[in-house]
Amino acid sequence: MEVRVANVRKEFDRFPALHDVSLDIKSGELIALLGPSGSGKTTLLRLIAGLERPTRGKIFFGQEDASHRSIQERNVGFVFQHYALFRHMTVADNIGFGLKVRHGPSRPPAAEIRRRASELLDLVQLSGLEKRYPAQLSGGQRQRVALARAMAIEPKVLLLDEPFGALDAQVRRELRRWLREIHDRTGHTTVFVTHDQEEALELADRVVVMSQGRIEQVGSADEIYDTPNSPFVYSFIGESSTLPVKVEDGEIWIADRPIGLSAPHAPSGEAVLYFRPHDVELLDGCSGCIAGTVAASRRVAGTRRVELEIGGERQRVEIELPVDHPAAQKSRVAFRPRRWKLFPAA
Amino acid sequence: MTIAPAKAGWRFRQPSVIPGFGLTLGFSLAYLTLIILIPLSGLIWRSAALGWTDFWAIATDRRTINALQISFGTAFIAAAVNVVFGTLVAWVLVRYRFPGRRVVDAMVDLPFALPTAVAGIALTTLYAPNGWIGQLLAPLGIKVAYTPLGIVVALVFIGLPFVVRTVQPIMEEIDKEVEEAAATLGANRFQIITRILFPGLAPAIITGFSLAFARGVGEYGSVIFIAGNLPYKSEIAPLLIVIRLEEYNYPAATAIAAIMLLLSFVMLLVINLAQSWSRKRYG
Repeated sequence: MEVRVANVRKEFDRFPALHDVSLDIKSGELIALLGPSGSGKTTLLRLIAGLERPTRGKIFFGQEDASHRSIQERNVGFVFQHYALFRHMTVADNIGFGLKVRHGPSRPPAAEIRRRASELLDLVQLSGLEKRYPAQLSGGQRQRVALARAMAIEPKVLLLDEPFGALDAQVRRELRRWLREIHDRTGHTTVFVTHDQEEALELADRVVVMSQGRIEQVGSADEIYDTPNSPFVYSFIGESSTLPVKVEDGEIWIADRPIGLSAPHAPSGEAVLYFRPHDVELLDGCSGCIAGTVAASRRVAGTRRVELEIGGERQRVEIELPVDHPAAQKSRVAFRPRRWKLFPAA
Repeated sequence: MTIAPAKAGWRFRQPSVIPGFGLTLGFSLAYLTLIILIPLSGLIWRSAALGWTDFWAIATDRRTINALQISFGTAFIAAAVNVVFGTLVAWVLVRYRFPGRRVVDAMVDLPFALPTAVAGIALTTLYAPNGWIGQLLAPLGIKVAYTPLGIVVALVFIGLPFVVRTVQPIMEEIDKEVEEAAATLGANRFQIITRILFPGLAPAIITGFSLAFARGVGEYGSVIFIAGNLPYKSEIAPLLIVIRLEEYNYPAATAIAAIMLLLSFVMLLVINLAQSWSRKRYG
């Protein structure tokens, strides 16, 4: 089922949590809402679910305007960060709940509900735990039950709110891969919220980067990482280094030296240069490069990260060097970013 | 090295690493013995002095049986009423924000603080046939004061805070997400309350019920004013005990007390078992 969010605004007590957000979610897509806390990602998810009502704007499920449908009518599967399992029910009863509360002919007979529950337990790889209570399960198992429960009602959309947030790193990675598999097998349109960029980039078909109640960028992992369209996305996704620069006649300058990068379409004046610390070219001599003295150096896993002081203003910038690079304290290092982007100075 | 299998048979569970287990347990036992066990065994002792036939004669006396029936019956009804309306009060206090909520919240505790005799007199004045409420009910043929119904009213008043105060904190802890989860699964409001919220509250409600019930069985001060105290009709067991005491008939008084003690103990035991069963299920 396609989901379209059209110009939605949401205020809580006059405080805006979402400003005029629009988003098209394709049928069968796995999409991530990524952003720091307070960016409005959970609010957007809850609006889609119907757990909140938009202050303005509409939400479409397919062609149908769902904005004023109740939560019960929307038929969405929602998975909460803290599972929200019914602790007085067994695993099988939890999963069957959505079918049991139906009325009339849409309610399957008890045997059918039981069969579906154990089928879903197979799908989430928890076969044989029908009779357990949630308190007897580990965090990862509970989250799987929560997912099975959400899928039992054959939802139009599956919505997951920080589904792995409460789990430890190992389980998280495991469940991430597993969720991808389930999605590929069942083909549910799925939206999940996360603040973990690794999770979003690895898992989702498309990532929606949000900040302060607005969508900053929507795109595939490659697009988001390689061509960020705002300073926020550049610094939020992956590592980034920044340097204040000046543009003159399409050439980029730091203080009084050109650094050998040209930006023919950039307007002249103050700007900020963004680049990835690992995506730099080290140079020997320096005619048109960025050069600085090493101020600090740290070994980080397979690389060495050094902080350079650039120019008279001693701007600090971080780059990555190979571990065997001879740059020690106080020595000079010259480099030029391979891939970079200019944004107007704030 | 092999680990020796645990020895069979009963033994102390390994106390926790927090020190002071021996001291605190010893103190608790000594304290409970002094405060509860010694007085109660004195009671059993005195009534045992009566001899079996005399004890049986007192126990099966029409007046005793009626008094016990009235005491336990009215306490049970009052506790049941309190469960329904106490839970409702707790719900209103927990779920809604309205002006004066704190005042209402404080008001719930008044029956705890008020001397029970004052409550009894106040209720009697209100519900007497010429009282504010009594005169409205009289034309309908409903007589509250000086009947078992009056006893129930007094016990409802006394027992209300027990239910509210046991249910309220548990209700506050209910995770909003659980309700939302049920709603996304298609459950309507009624189904959420009966299938999700209520089972989670059941242990607290049972506790509230047993507290209100136990309090009602033992209540004396407020009841004697409103009950009318007609033997066989509206005479409660605690009053009968006092009457026997005033007659210097100590063995009869202790015998009735011992029967009350036994009945209360059995009922509370049953309630506690129900409680632990529901806790196990609904953990």
